[in-house]
Amino acid sequence: MAHLLEIHDLDVQFALRNGSITALKDINLTLEKGEKLGLVGESGAGKSVTGFAIINLISKPGYISKGRITFDGEEISALSDEKMRRIRGDKITMIFQDPMMTLNPVFKIGTQMIETLQAHRKISKSDARKIALDKLRKVQIPSPEQRLQQYPHELSGGMRQRIIIAIALLTDPSLIIADEPTTALDVTIQAEIMDLLQELCESDNMSLILITHDLAVVSQVTEKIVVMYAGKIIESGLTHEVIANPQHPYTTGLIKSIPGIIKPGEKLEQIPGMMPTLTKIPPGCAFNPRCNLREDICVKVTPELEEKAAGRLVACHMVKGK
Amino acid sequence: MFAFILRRALQAVLVMLVIGLIGFSIQSNIGDPIRPLVGERVTPEERAEMAEKLGLNDPFLVQYGRFIKNAAQGDLGISFIYKKPCTEVILKHAPATLELVFGAALIIVFVSLPLGIYTALKPRTILSKCIMGFSTLGVSIPVFLTGIMLIYIFAVTLGWLPSYGRGETVDLFGNGYWNSGMLTIDGIKHLILPCLSLASIMLPLYIRLIRSEMMEVLETEYIKYSWAKGLSPMRIWLVHAFKNTLLPVITVFGLQIGIMFAFTILTETVFQWQGMGFMFLEAVQRADIALLNAYLVVVATVFVMVNTLVDIFYGLINPTVRITGTK
Amino acid sequence: MKQSLRKFKESYFLYSFKRDKVAMASFVALVFFLLLALTAPLISPMNPYDANNIDIMNSEIPPAWNDMGMDEFPLGTDNMGRDMLSTMLYGLRTSIIIGLGAVSLQATIGILMGLSAGYLGGRMDALLMRIADIQFSFPYLMVAILISAIFQLTFGIGRYEELAVPLLIVIIGFAEWPMYARTIRASVMGEKRKEYVEAAKVIGLSRPVIMIRHVLPNSLTSLLVISTIQVANAVMSEAALSFLGLGMPTTKPSLGSLIRSGFDYIFSGSWWITIFPGILLILFVLVINLLGDWLRDVLNPKLYKG
Repeated sequence: MAHLLEIHDLDVQFALRNGSITALKDINLTLEKGEKLGLVGESGAGKSVTGFAIINLISKPGYISKGRITFDGEEISALSDEKMRRIRGDKITMIFQDPMMTLNPVFKIGTQMIETLQAHRKISKSDARKIALDKLRKVQIPSPEQRLQQYPHELSGGMRQRIIIAIALLTDPSLIIADEPTTALDVTIQAEIMDLLQELCESDNMSLILITHDLAVVSQVTEKIVVMYAGKIIESGLTHEVIANPQHPYTTGLIKSIPGIIKPGEKLEQIPGMMPTLTKIPPGCAFNPRCNLREDICVKVTPELEEKAAGRLVACHMVKGK
Repeated sequence: MFAFILRRALQAVLVMLVIGLIGFSIQSNIGDPIRPLVGERVTPEERAEMAEKLGLNDPFLVQYGRFIKNAAQGDLGISFIYKKPCTEVILKHAPATLELVFGAALIIVFVSLPLGIYTALKPRTILSKCIMGFSTLGVSIPVFLTGIMLIYIFAVTLGWLPSYGRGETVDLFGNGYWNSGMLTIDGIKHLILPCLSLASIMLPLYIRLIRSEMMEVLETEYIKYSWAKGLSPMRIWLVHAFKNTLLPVITVFGLQIGIMFAFTILTETVFQWQGMGFMFLEAVQRADIALLNAYLVVVATVFVMVNTLVDIFYGLINPTVRITGTK
Repeated sequence: MKQSLRKFKESYFLYSFKRDKVAMASFVALVFFLLLALTAPLISPMNPYDANNIDIMNSEIPPAWNDMGMDEFPLGTDNMGRDMLSTMLYGLRTSIIIGLGAVSLQATIGILMGLSAGYLGGRMDALLMRIADIQFSFPYLMVAILISAIFQLTFGIGRYEELAVPLLIVIIGFAEWPMYARTIRASVMGEKRKEYVEAAKVIGLSRPVIMIRHVLPNSLTSLLVISTIQVANAVMSEAALSFLGLGMPTTKPSLGSLIRSGFDYIFSGSWWITIFPGILLILFVLVINLLGDWLRDVLNPKLYKG
């Protein structure tokens, strides 16, 4: 059976004044219809870039230098702008991080919703309006008719994010890419929004790529997980398995530093050091300076992402496979 | 919303009062208010009598109050040069300047918008670089030089367009108050060069402003989001980015009205254009204090009104301003 | 000192400058103009301000390459018989003096006001900014024209001629200080919140010292950028005022007044009286603007050229 989404050997580079920087290297992942995948890592690891790469919207001067992305059987990484535009916002929609910055402050909500529908379907304004109201109700926004007439700054953060989700649902997409959807929200709202997102995806059988640094959220919502570090995938597998039994030292460190997962009374651990910037990646395994399992080979040879157990890929010399 | 308008209006009135005060101080301290009324050969006794009659010996504040009251009713004194009420003189000269400014504004809007947007969207094309190069040049040429050069090229050398004056005008209301040059071909021919000169100093400014604002807007998150939504490029550029760009540009435009007025003085001098600027210079050269003062008050008032209107207009189209009432 | 020099040589500033041909050309041109102005009394064929040198019989002679021109007047003469080249050089000099003088005045007032407003905040800030706003909303050219006119009327032409240069410096200087004040205030308000100011306060440095020694240098980049614009503006304003007859008097002409006197003769064929000073003025201002543009690009880290 063909995957819904397949990323194959993807490389992304940024062309700067004095040379190129590799932002993503050898990214491979697959996603099935209705599946929810968590893309996890620290800021700068490359998760957002991966998300943008899927819809070919990487900020200049970034570009896809190698690899292939296939969606629903079609190779989309090499599509023309015009053809890509038809997929963006239609079959694949995106949710950005900060709803205040994402909605245009000088246009009403209604305008911003209706234009999205009209960009992808031949539909009258009144019909589009009906669909918009329908989706607003789906995301549980009270008095939806009123919301259409309001401006973004008149609404609360949680409400705005719900509207962004509603916009993402307008075209009944197959895949939603959510880039840190709850980071800019109050803690109390975060859980609500995540629950909503999860429900919607399940009831409509939509796939979800959840890009976040919040492992707790990922463990609750997703079925598959991909962990990134310094532009590469270092571990991937089924979420509940990876969380219960992490293999890569980095993943282990991440999990040990989550308050929710660690039992009360146990110490919260921290991974010493920081993730390197893209221009200063150490030779060998990028994680080696911070790793407590480090040995000679780790500094000399870059570990490949290999299947160390059923359905589990890890890029680490110290992890023994089957 | 109402509170916002009220506040701006009050501010405007305050500024106008201050300006009135300055104008009045100038008038009462320099020059001789009696002169325009009588002439040179008058005895000291007759002068003193006149002074008493005109209330020139009253305390400053009383005179100021009278001045304000008169001004509010449209009486700004008598012009020495024209021997007529200043208000009348100004009103008769105003249309010429208004038509000039209007023509220039049209040119600015219709040229700077497309050029500014184009250079923002495609900054690296040769055309963009040329446009930006021209705009740097344009900013370096003082308005009077543009006028002179335009005259030299189009009037003296090529002989296509007239070099001075307003040409044939039509008396719009039949009472000599509005002689319009826009209704005759000859009048329009005379309008072209002056409007071009006046526009030339502002055009580069606006092109750059629109370009830089638009470039900033194009980098925002919400524009990126529009791309993610799959909207057509035309819609993203000409509806979203454009509206966001327009707002700051309009504020600047409002502020620039005053500068436009200042530049009309220069342009009218070059083209012998019988507008308010020309009149102002005459007043300066021939020491017609009352007229000078009246001009100052009128221009300041217009200026303040335009600024206030622009502020209010801005508040209307930018929804975020209304709620807080501040920028 | 040596270390700063070395740092400068290796800095991105110099690197970018060397790569930008336009910037280099403009800089060279600017230095050239400055030298011309500085040495005007030495290199001019004659002193145009000295009435003894002027013979009205020499008026309106075309440039030397024209049939009717004369070699001793390479660019022709004006309507009073003055040598164009000399008058232009002296005029350039006057324009530069006024331009730089006015900008120094603007900068001094503006910086003082802006620093106080930004750093002290509160009422002082509100008051100063109100004043700046009111002044800002008035087109300064108009204010300059008015003040100039009033001065002429009160002091009479004779006295005015003597005081013309310092007067113009003062007028243009006072007219535009809000520009500086606003810029530096914005800069100060931004810097104020940064940690090094807290640190300085903790050490016990007094306010004025903190402002001058620490905050000011960091605002320098914005100041530099507007300074170039302001110098260009000042020069153009002086030219405009002179053109209107409210600037430099015709006996001590600047480029603006030259253009003015030449204007009447453009129709009768003596185009050089206006065109030459005009070209010089445009070139000078253009060069300043180009340098200003380059400075702005270089000092603004936000702009990606990649």
